[in-house]
Amino acid sequence: MRLLPCGDRALLAEFASLESARAAHARWSAEAPGGIVELVPAARTVLVRLDPAVLGLGAAEHWLAAHEPDAVAMATVGGLVTLPVVYNGDDLDVVAEAWGCSPAAVVERHAATEWVCAFIGFAPGFPYLVPAGAALPPVPRRATSRPSVPAGAVALAAEYCGIYPRCSPGGWQLIGRTDAVLWDADRVDPALVAPGARVRFTAVRS
Amino acid sequence: MSAVQVLDPGARALVQDLGRPGLAHLGVSASGAFDRAAHRLANRLVGNDEGAAAFECLLGGLRLALPAGTWVAVTGAWSDAVLVTDGRRTPVEPHTAVRADAAAELHLGAVTRGLRSTVALRGGLDLPAVLGSRARDTLAALGPEPVRAGDVLPLGPEPASPVPLGDLVPVDPPPDGTVELGVRPGPRHDWFDAAAWELLLTSEWTTSARSDRTGVRLEGPALARVPDLVGVELASEGMLRGSIQVSPDGAPTVLGPDHPVTGGYPVIAVVVDSALDRLAQLRPGQPVRLRLVAGRR
Repeated sequence: MRLLPCGDRALLAEFASLESARAAHARWSAEAPGGIVELVPAARTVLVRLDPAVLGLGAAEHWLAAHEPDAVAMATVGGLVTLPVVYNGDDLDVVAEAWGCSPAAVVERHAATEWVCAFIGFAPGFPYLVPAGAALPPVPRRATSRPSVPAGAVALAAEYCGIYPRCSPGGWQLIGRTDAVLWDADRVDPALVAPGARVRFTAVRS
Repeated sequence: MSAVQVLDPGARALVQDLGRPGLAHLGVSASGAFDRAAHRLANRLVGNDEGAAAFECLLGGLRLALPAGTWVAVTGAWSDAVLVTDGRRTPVEPHTAVRADAAAELHLGAVTRGLRSTVALRGGLDLPAVLGSRARDTLAALGPEPVRAGDVLPLGPEPASPVPLGDLVPVDPPPDGTVELGVRPGPRHDWFDAAAWELLLTSEWTTSARSDRTGVRLEGPALARVPDLVGVELASEGMLRGSIQVSPDGAPTVLGPDHPVTGGYPVIAVVVDSALDRLAQLRPGQPVRLRLVAGRR
């Protein structure tokens, strides 16, 4: 872990792997002392936002270093969310080429994989999912973004699977669509899939 | 229950409070008042809780119909504000609580200093909270819709605390010359060469007209990366209000209250907390200098 400067009220903890960043976010979320006001997990980092009046930058550095988790200790985590998907996305062929298989086999592998939400980004409730087990081959982003991707679109890019919570522009490869409501600000848990949650996709016919 | 009617929102009027911090892990920025000190002061002047919802008005021009007995205060950007009662026009000084003794209209003129005015009404704007806040997040489209002519917004109940005594709070208007912002190194300062650092801290930057609550763009020289990192993609990482991210063409943008929660452009420096409110009042074309503030690193 490297602790990088980030102005006068935050530190950016950088890790060698997504797994280590997830482990740190999980442990720090559970144990953080007062003065750590926000932890923002991402692909290789956890942003630690502080209230410097309560916890200074130096004290925070010491605490974070002393509580760096052992990545191996980090197993899973949250509850299981099952999402029905109609696998009719426009980019199944692109993913098939990246994975070196047929479009039907893409559907099979995607639905057979257990996914874990590593972090949320891009929009409220947009989960970045990674396989709980062995990684799948990376998928290239589209050269140009689509101006409008529908809500519920299930899509792949790099090592991630994502789900668009609402209609928005997007550059990921579309493989299907779910009717599940990923984001509802009026729900007790607004994000259906929160960091740490496990996700399974099941194929349904429209 | 009393209510205020919007006659004209001006260029753009939003409802803001002190935002919804603590939800970034769900993809939600803190949002909230851009000029936090102005927001707190406006509320204190009318005896509200500092976090009550108020109008954040861009470039003046807001016109409101106030019921009799409403207390109002205007802070932040300066404009010629008047209370119009039966054709009588009473000036509303900045940073002063004023009571509409009869039904009246509040008119904000064009801004003469700064960019965003806060208009607080006693009781606060009592709209439904979303995730605990009445702030409009313009990027995530959360919270009350931007205000339109004809909107009727309910005011909350009379606060327990009275309107404080004291006529006028001496606060300087937003500066109209060069604005200096303190910065500290950002997590990716080492993605840029020494010349880029020198340029960052010695150039006179110009506030771009293409600035909003998501970010304030600065126009000036391009900030070059070290040769090894040209064209390299940074995995998305957490962003802050005040993060200065540099796009691949070398242009810096200082992130505002409605910033994306994560971003993939390297952050060279971060504006210190005490300077963040000044960002809200930067006018297009206004010169900006960035100064390195001493710290532990």
